[in-house]
Amino acid sequence: MSSDASQPTVRLEIASRPSLLAAARALVATIAQRCGFDEIQCGQISLAVDEALCNIIQHGYNCREDGRILISLSQGEAQSPGIEIVIEDDAMQVDPDTIRSRDLDDIRPGGLGVHIIREIMDEVSYTRRDPGGMRLTLVKHLHPVAAAHTSESNT
Amino acid sequence: MSNTQPLEIFTETIDDGVIVRPVGDIDLSGAPALRQQLKKAQETRPGRVVVDLGEVPYMDSSGLATLVEAMQIARKNQGKLIICALQQKVRSIFEIARLDMVFKIVNTRDEAMTL
Repeated sequence: MSSDASQPTVRLEIASRPSLLAAARALVATIAQRCGFDEIQCGQISLAVDEALCNIIQHGYNCREDGRILISLSQGEAQSPGIEIVIEDDAMQVDPDTIRSRDLDDIRPGGLGVHIIREIMDEVSYTRRDPGGMRLTLVKHLHPVAAAHTSESNT
Repeated sequence: MSNTQPLEIFTETIDDGVIVRPVGDIDLSGAPALRQQLKKAQETRPGRVVVDLGEVPYMDSSGLATLVEAMQIARKNQGKLIICALQQKVRSIFEIARLDMVFKIVNTRDEAMTL
């Protein structure tokens, strides 16, 4: 899904500080709602972003609080409604193929973030940025149930 | 940009253990405080640790990790860790992480006291 140039893109730059996660979640949930997602879906999309930010803070920046994280949110095109969220950082680069969840049967603290992101979002893509840092692109399509709900609430 | 209110955590001693009641969002910012409080509550090896999540509107995997660690400590102590009063949004993260069948989860604090 590529963003439509006629639709507004919202950008938020935050420091890699855990105390800023709530503000980022609130913004993501608000934009997701404007894209037509219901309350449960908005909560899940903001959870997926929260998990991605936590991974950047903990693993990318090794809990340093002065790293830069840029979050861009775009509404999908009319023929492909939904939301696209791009999260970019200047943190340590990793091979995208090595980013995976732990085995869920191995019950231990941690390692669930990537699994949660993949469960919630329809498309998840990690790439290296040039010259440094990582880019995570998340897409959630607006499914027919949510589309119908939006249509009803607008009438 | 405003920061969140810090997570508040209340503890209450009961006959065979302790009730831990966090109030607020449990994310990467709040989870360390919950972890510390749970560790403190488990120092005396209580038979029952009840975590009442009735006033927790949001939790991420940092909170789950904290609870998994507390459950492992409870098992090591041959005690029980019971989670109660989950809000639907918080319950859904247990389900997504497939931990809803791993923890003892009940609807009310009363149920947690009799389990």
